[in-house]
Amino acid sequence: MRTSRQDPPHHYRVPRYARGALGVVVEHIGEHPLPYDRSVVEPVFTVRFPAEQLFGSGTHDVTVDVWETHLEAL
Amino acid sequence: MSDEHDDAAPAAQTRHVEGLLEAKGLLDANELDRALEAFASGGSPAQGARVAARAWVDDGFRTRLLMKANDAVEELGLSMGGGIQPQRLKVVANSATEHNVIVCTLCSCYPIAMLGPSPTWYKSEAYRSRVVRDPRSVLADFGTTLPDDVHITVWDASSETRYMVLPNKPAELPEADLAAMVTRNGLIGTAVL
Repeated sequence: MRTSRQDPPHHYRVPRYARGALGVVVEHIGEHPLPYDRSVVEPVFTVRFPAEQLFGSGTHDVTVDVWETHLEAL
Repeated sequence: MSDEHDDAAPAAQTRHVEGLLEAKGLLDANELDRALEAFASGGSPAQGARVAARAWVDDGFRTRLLMKANDAVEELGLSMGGGIQPQRLKVVANSATEHNVIVCTLCSCYPIAMLGPSPTWYKSEAYRSRVVRDPRSVLADFGTTLPDDVHITVWDASSETRYMVLPNKPAELPEADLAAMVTRNGLIGTAVL
């Protein structure tokens, strides 16, 4: 999966450091309302990113929880 | 900075914002009260410690905890309820080769129901920005040095999940003694026990 690179004027919970990054879905964690529109309920996934993918260095991983609409399948 | 702290203005602003959120249908009139009640009556690290100690002495509980923590903690009379929205608890277990640490880089999400209010440093920009980039040096600041072959995963709580770390079992002792050995930083992942 890749996180979207969009930069909307509202808060959408994909941290800036993880935008446009390649990661692997590790878990479907449930259905939750979008933070900027609670009338829309979407699947949310935990996505695991290697630090090198995010920051260009590091041997650790970082996981981020992302609403489906902000993920692109590869 | 003045020595006088008049909170009348912030309180009025808060009431105004609360009214707007309710008027726009973004917030149910009782949601904030429920959340504040839960916060005030809320947890302390003793609850997280009970959960960890039970997981160390009961393999079945440990399995259920790692699979579906919300249900497992209810076996101990604990609950993740009380938030603005239902919160999912995810417990991530350390091992001989894996270490976990939690953060909320966007704000300060924290498993309050299990750990009580978060420490000030957890909400600091320094911790939030550094731990995702260089967790090993942040852990070193806490006096925690991991062997080089231990892989680190940083869990950034960016939706409705609250993370808690299950540390490695520190000793072969009865459950109550184990619970007394658990520290808040151990459950956050900035310390080992």
